[in-house]
Amino acid sequence: MKVLWLQSGGCGGCTQSLLCSEPRSLFDELRDAGIEFVWHPALSQASGGEALAVLEACASGELAFDVLCVEGAMLRGPNGSGRFHLMAGNGRPLTEWVTRLAGQAKWVFAIGSCTAYGGFSANTPGNPLEACGLQYDEQTPGGLLGAGFRSAGGLPVVNIAGCPTHPGWIVESLQKLALEGMADTDLDELGRPLFYAGELVHHGCPRNEYYEFKASAEKQSDLGCLMENLGCKGTQAHADCNLRAWNGSGSCLRGGFACIACTEPGFESPGHAFQETPKVAGIPIGLPSDMPKAWFVALAALSKSATPKRVRDNAVVDHLVFRPAIKKKGGGK
Amino acid sequence: MSRIVVGPFNRVEGDLEVSLELEAGRIQAAYVNSPLFRGFEQILVGRAPLDALAIVPRICGICSVAQSAAAATALADAMGVTPTPNGLLARHLIQATENMADHLTHFYLFFMPDFARPDYVDRPWHPAIAERFTAIKGSAAAEVLPARASFLRLMGFLAGRWPHTLAIQPGGSTRAITAGERIRLLALLREFRSFLERRLFGDALERIGQLASKAELLAWADGRAGDFPAFLKIAGDLGLERIGRADDRFLSHGAYGLFPAGTWQQGKTVAFAAARITEDTERAWLLADQPRHPATGETIVAADKADAYTWCKAPRYAGQAHEVGALARQVVAGNPLLLDLVQRDGGSVMARVVARLQELALLIPAMEGWVQALQPGESFCAQGVMPDEGSGVGLVEAARGSLGHWLTIRRGRIERYQIIAPTTWNFSPRDATNQEGPLEKALLGLAAGEGAPPTIQHVVRSFDPCMVCTVH
Repeated sequence: MKVLWLQSGGCGGCTQSLLCSEPRSLFDELRDAGIEFVWHPALSQASGGEALAVLEACASGELAFDVLCVEGAMLRGPNGSGRFHLMAGNGRPLTEWVTRLAGQAKWVFAIGSCTAYGGFSANTPGNPLEACGLQYDEQTPGGLLGAGFRSAGGLPVVNIAGCPTHPGWIVESLQKLALEGMADTDLDELGRPLFYAGELVHHGCPRNEYYEFKASAEKQSDLGCLMENLGCKGTQAHADCNLRAWNGSGSCLRGGFACIACTEPGFESPGHAFQETPKVAGIPIGLPSDMPKAWFVALAALSKSATPKRVRDNAVVDHLVFRPAIKKKGGGK
Repeated sequence: MSRIVVGPFNRVEGDLEVSLELEAGRIQAAYVNSPLFRGFEQILVGRAPLDALAIVPRICGICSVAQSAAAATALADAMGVTPTPNGLLARHLIQATENMADHLTHFYLFFMPDFARPDYVDRPWHPAIAERFTAIKGSAAAEVLPARASFLRLMGFLAGRWPHTLAIQPGGSTRAITAGERIRLLALLREFRSFLERRLFGDALERIGQLASKAELLAWADGRAGDFPAFLKIAGDLGLERIGRADDRFLSHGAYGLFPAGTWQQGKTVAFAAARITEDTERAWLLADQPRHPATGETIVAADKADAYTWCKAPRYAGQAHEVGALARQVVAGNPLLLDLVQRDGGSVMARVVARLQELALLIPAMEGWVQALQPGESFCAQGVMPDEGSGVGLVEAARGSLGHWLTIRRGRIERYQIIAPTTWNFSPRDATNQEGPLEKALLGLAAGEGAPPTIQHVVRSFDPCMVCTVH
């Protein structure tokens, strides 16, 4: 399976993240799955004219390829000209290249939330960059390729959203495609592969006991649950970040900071400070997905009153001060 | 005279194009163009000050932590907060992990593959280099990616993930390291040390750190197995110590309390004063103005400006272009090996690569020391209060050089945010006085065009450019 990769209005972080793929060397894993890069801007040998020749051959249909991976928002400005990003050495807007190449690819992958939905580039007040995603303008279907776009393989753009993406999300998507293809039923309503977007960041959160008892962190570096005060959206964000580790053993929550829901369209402008939870009458506005508000409030009040001292006290310090008790066995043995 | 446009330069971070004026196949003038505009300084305006910690890492996927550290330092400056000792050590470790991973990625994945090109098929070293360094398929990539991924497991502990962490805060870090994790960190560093000593250097890191002159370096490398000695052999054969020289004016913000801040030219180190920095927009597609200090800087798009050729501003120190990066950092710090290389042959492709790899040998032992100095149980994060009105400056070193953030807060919101990234210095365009940027200078006189060897590729990549930062 041949993969062509382009970068535009983004930071390149999804490629950097991809290179962290573990445990095998990324290149070995892809090769053994029959996956090769036709060209990748950060990794390939070919540069300058040789690279442009490959891209032109792909865009004109002369050189067949399977997957177009795009990393970065589409910058349509200024005034629809696409001049905020012209292909180096060629002078044509990246938006034009991507449109041509998407017409030839069997499948199109949006790598990262910028590419999927527009990202930070689309969040400058007034969007002067005229930035958008491949098939979305934030939450609204459309984007560069249009709401009705289907690649030759019959799928809309596959949105491997995340800022950055987890290496596994990309590698597994590519390998699934190579092995057995993909269908609409493999994607959620926002075009994201269900194998990772079917979960919530909350699932497997290492702070689960603090969440259960609403024992909340009050300041950065506290061990408690980050939902009530410090802006955590883990109970609403779609991703399996706490079920598969990042960089060996990490995740945002394991790093001690809030999930900012970077797999969701519009995460860049939440309408409040990222590290603060907006509340009405002391109750967080953003409640856990699928949770009726009255039940949440009732359960929170109950669990707060039942919080063990150990959990309450550990929640507001940066290292454990109270250990769990060791139960003495009965029977006098 | 003829004109050619070269690009895309791949195996750099982001987009780069260079226009060259040639006379008899030699470069007479170079114009460096960053053909992508991103506009992060505008994204930050009007946000809550601490939002910068979530936004600025997304400027750059390869130096996201350096961006976070610059923002956290600027915010700490505005708040009057000093990180706790553990917080400072954690931040050093997070920054050094990114910097060292970047040095490794640059050498193995971005820089060395150019010597595997068929252009060099007649050189005696070519078969071995092509086997080891051909992009994606070479034997080195298969070893380096797992070594890099394993090294970046430090980030799983210290920063949650990489890139794009929110762990770095003005007062230190959100992530207190436990006694057991401290042992894991040390084990991971030893694993990475082992890779470097076996494959990159063929010797102990401490021995590389002690090399103090060009003569010592070449004598050490002679006949030695290892990827660094292999590079030095190529450098000797192709004369890489004589190509890629800019103005030999260097600047560093200083790093880790190990490498002091300063500027260097003509054999003299001079104290650094941030007040002497200006940014010129004469040749950028931005509204032209007097050169301004970044604390009062503006970034206003003027896409149809005549005579402009890039989205990159032209930073100047005391009105002069300066080179930044590992070489600058080490020269300013008085590193004997790099000073010797620069004083003999000037800043060059070879000196820039040597500086990066010697930094790896110097920093990994320092990181081992920082891990051992962590005090589990003591605080990792000092708390403070964000003022409604204030300003702050954050000056740090990314792998590829000096990074500065300047912010102003009014009525509890960010009023102004200006950034000068390393590659903005190195790949700066001409300014109002027509003074070229370092890369524009470094390319002069080199062969280019049809049939020329890939020399300009080596020069461009020797700066380890990060274009997405450049055009933040």
